[in-house]
Amino acid sequence: MPTVLKLHPDDNVAVCIKTLAAGEDVLLDGQRIKMPAPLGIGHKLACKNISIGEPIIKYGIVIGTATTAIPKGSHVHTHNMKSNYIPTYLNKE
Amino acid sequence: MEDQQISGYLRADGRMGIRNVVVIAYLVECAHFVADEIAANFKGQPVHVIGFSGCYPNQHADKVMSALCRHANVGAVLLLSLGCESFNRQQLFKTIHSSGRLVHTITIQQAGGTRTSIEKGKEWVSMALDIFSQQRRMPMRISELIIGTICGGSDATSGITANPAVGLASDKLITNGATVLFEETGEMIGLEKDMAARAITKELGIELHKAVEKAARYYTIMGHGSFAPGNADGGLSTIEEKSMGAYSKSGHSPITGLVKPGDIPPRSGLYLLDLVPDGEPRFGFPNINDSAEIAELMACGCHIILFTTGRGSVVGSAIAPVIKICANPETFKRLPEDMDIDAGKLLAGKASLEDISDEIIQKIIATAEGAPTCSEALGHKEFVLSYKNFGPLGPSCLPL
Repeated sequence: MPTVLKLHPDDNVAVCIKTLAAGEDVLLDGQRIKMPAPLGIGHKLACKNISIGEPIIKYGIVIGTATTAIPKGSHVHTHNMKSNYIPTYLNKE
Repeated sequence: MEDQQISGYLRADGRMGIRNVVVIAYLVECAHFVADEIAANFKGQPVHVIGFSGCYPNQHADKVMSALCRHANVGAVLLLSLGCESFNRQQLFKTIHSSGRLVHTITIQQAGGTRTSIEKGKEWVSMALDIFSQQRRMPMRISELIIGTICGGSDATSGITANPAVGLASDKLITNGATVLFEETGEMIGLEKDMAARAITKELGIELHKAVEKAARYYTIMGHGSFAPGNADGGLSTIEEKSMGAYSKSGHSPITGLVKPGDIPPRSGLYLLDLVPDGEPRFGFPNINDSAEIAELMACGCHIILFTTGRGSVVGSAIAPVIKICANPETFKRLPEDMDIDAGKLLAGKASLEDISDEIIQKIIATAEGAPTCSEALGHKEFVLSYKNFGPLGPSCLPL
């Protein structure tokens, strides 16, 4: 039973289809990766090395831009990508 | 699907309702408490409170209240007025009366205050329910249904499971002659070109494109998009990512027209409900919450609301039953009483998109036939209507 899903062949991120535990093995584009931390269902993992300024692609379309270099297997989220339209609103810690 | 029998209540204007609701409509916040107190005597019965809080006149509020008091699911209306508010209660009374519905006004300042108004209200609602008990359901066609779609509490599973399943169900309903509305132009940012290309005329496509541009500008001025921190907790990172999911609720059917709150689609097909106000932003966010969107979908005639959720919204609505389609299998396990359909089982490979869309259609048919949805059974009756400002529909919005 796969634990991550690439929604479109052009995507550079894959989606967790169940909540992953720390230490769990994930098969990402043929490569086995150990999760460094738990990750919730629906969250994204880089399935290749992504450079700063590179588009993040999911469903085959651009959903934002990388704000740092993102190594393969990393969690891709608001800490390392941003919208090309309207900034994402988050509660302050 | 075509030959599946449903039934409903025939209204004087020829439309069919799937529920027979007594609406208690307060015409200013000052009458809200009395309206709630009357309704509290009818728990478990179809007595719902709606209303408009503001004391100052507003064309949008007039139009939406008038449309909701004549909603096909509504059989009787008790207007609750304080007495000195600006809402034109005489005009609303006349509109409802000429629609063939039972209607009565209680003006608290004339009736003798809180307690007397509650007593009089109780008597009138009991009388209306007695009359309802004599009314029989009549045969109704699937093609007479108007279905509204909305997502709330989205997460990153919404766009993979529940939203595309609703899109597929929507395509099937439209093929069978029903009408479906989608909205949330603030969550179509980045997809305007694709949407415009689905319009049945080039001119309508331009209107659809303009509606999304208007939403992007409006939200930019407000300071952030149609995006809550919970969306990010659920794995969504940007508005364009959320938009891809939200947009998939509209399926692949051609887009027949664009309507604004209070406009009833003139014929069957798929319609965009543009609920972002026209002109300069004046009254804050276009939709202050999901319930405000549901109220406007109902004002366009929606009999039933398909509500997809990933994080797990529990809201229902006054007037129209809400069917909750849960995108996230982990949420479904946590909130089983609140969710009608588990679309997240797709992720475990236990069902196909096709299976889930059929399940949605069967749930629509059962709901139309009178079976309570989860939120109805739990007694949810949320309602929100706020100030907005709209210009008239452009000439290309309804080509047919």
